[in-house]
Amino acid sequence: MDDQDLKDLGSYITSKLDQAILDEEIAFGELTLTARADQIIDVLMFLRNDGTCRFSTLIDICGVDYPERSQRFEVVYHLLSLHQNQRIRIKVVTDEDTPVPSCIEVYPAANWYEREAFDMYGIVFSGHPDLRRLLTDYGFEGYPLRKDFPLTGHVEVRYDDEQKRVVYEPVSLVQEFRNFDFMSPWEGAKYILPGDEKADSENAEGEEA
Amino acid sequence: MTEQNIKNLTINFGPQHPAAHGVLRMVLELEGEIVERADPHVGLLHRGTEKLIEHKTYLQAIPYFDRLDYVAPMNQEHAFCLAIEKLLGLEVPKRGQYMRVLWSEIGRILNHLLNVTTQAMDVGALTPPLWGFEEREKLMVFYERVCGARLHANFFRPGGVHQDMPPGLADDIYTFCEEFPQKLADIEQLVTDNRIFKQRNVDIGVVSAEEAFALGFTGVMVRGSGVAWDLRRAQPYECYNDLEFDIPVGKNGDCYDRYLCRIEEMLQSISIMKQCLDDMPEGPVMSTNHKFTPPRRDKIKSSMEALIEHFKLYTEGFKVPEGEVYAAVEAPKGEFGVYLVSDGSNMPYRCKIRAPGYPHMAAMDYVGKGHMLADISALIGSFDIVFGEIDR
Repeated sequence: MDDQDLKDLGSYITSKLDQAILDEEIAFGELTLTARADQIIDVLMFLRNDGTCRFSTLIDICGVDYPERSQRFEVVYHLLSLHQNQRIRIKVVTDEDTPVPSCIEVYPAANWYEREAFDMYGIVFSGHPDLRRLLTDYGFEGYPLRKDFPLTGHVEVRYDDEQKRVVYEPVSLVQEFRNFDFMSPWEGAKYILPGDEKADSENAEGEEA
Repeated sequence: MTEQNIKNLTINFGPQHPAAHGVLRMVLELEGEIVERADPHVGLLHRGTEKLIEHKTYLQAIPYFDRLDYVAPMNQEHAFCLAIEKLLGLEVPKRGQYMRVLWSEIGRILNHLLNVTTQAMDVGALTPPLWGFEEREKLMVFYERVCGARLHANFFRPGGVHQDMPPGLADDIYTFCEEFPQKLADIEQLVTDNRIFKQRNVDIGVVSAEEAFALGFTGVMVRGSGVAWDLRRAQPYECYNDLEFDIPVGKNGDCYDRYLCRIEEMLQSISIMKQCLDDMPEGPVMSTNHKFTPPRRDKIKSSMEALIEHFKLYTEGFKVPEGEVYAAVEAPKGEFGVYLVSDGSNMPYRCKIRAPGYPHMAAMDYVGKGHMLADISALIGSFDIVFGEIDR
């Protein structure tokens, strides 16, 4: 699979699906297409059925969270064509409230992948028959893979000997979670170094004088 | 005649059930003994691996991959290392590649031995697992000799493998390769033509090739349905191109064909291992680019630079250029893939683990429908379910 093949494939798909494809990129020997979220079904349907594509297997659907963007979630589809021995990645963007059409009708395998993306990120898939939580605990609150969800979580469980049952309690850490910052000060660390707090104001005063 | 009210019976299969291969709670709706609907509740072994990896440096994240499919640990590390190497553009020296293939194939035998024999146990045979585990133990001793741990290896590193084999290990593996086919034949003699085993597996869980594509199956699950698809051949990585091996395929796509595929794959793995041991060139097992790999131990004692490189590598780790890649290997259970997004720092921004068992488990409702209750355990066995990788 060299880049030229991917380029040909990419331009072929873009020419056929002119409206739905927003962006096309080849990096690290992989083809990535960004599609419009509301047309994702058409895109996937085309990729599965078209003779030159024949992406018959859905390998994976997953979410990625970029909290600083206005549409914070990316939904990433990985497809595999066993017939053409080719892989492709399709991306759509969405936010917390906008649902992405579920592609269960195109790929039945999407069922659990979409449930997982919902469970982990809170991405809603419209038309999914059974959008329940999958991997987290019964009665779990929050979306654990979002970047603003703390690594330690919010609740912890223990067996209470008096009540003879497992109880949920807010997390209490004996020691604060140590999140080391490895940014070197020479490479533009985005915080003020200890002892450097006054440096800027002193400089400013010096300039005035 | 009075009209009778017939109600479907709903039962819990698991979470503690010897045939569930771990912690699986499955809500089964039965009509008589026929399964009408299967609703697997997974996630009882969810440890938040993907979240944890986002908070660890690349090197610290490798041990998490052992704990996914703990039956064949090194195969998982392999996918993660391939993804990192793809982002870094790091080359693995030839000997390192052969080492990786050798240990991946040992992982495949570890996995198939466990799966095939416990599948036999799920349908009533007790001896095969006892014999199979004896062989597994030998392989795990090899694991221990090369990396110090029987299970959680942490042996593959970006740029190669951690250490070369100690003296004598290659010969012992070769001896194992000579003896193993006979042991496998003994197990096969018990199982393959066994009337009960056949009654419980032939024509159970039939999956056509089209269904297998639609359900996202990979690995033995598509090969059993007659599709000769193997990433080692189709999208070769490491030195698989230089090695000769066959891809066994099934005819009917039922549990029995998948069992036969796994048996044959073990023999192919033995052949690959022998080729690896014969052809393995001399040289380093890890890339010598010390930005990403640790310097040799003896250098640390005498060289200042080596000491600094070592310290920086194990505290700060290395930075990976921005980008996103998907790397996959043919793990024993199917395609094990890692989708890695890097933001240019020393920790992954996002690491999605695509476990092969996940779509297989998801298809339980579709495949299990219409089967007898007792067939469900045969199906779980044949799907090769391990919850470490499904729940993550």
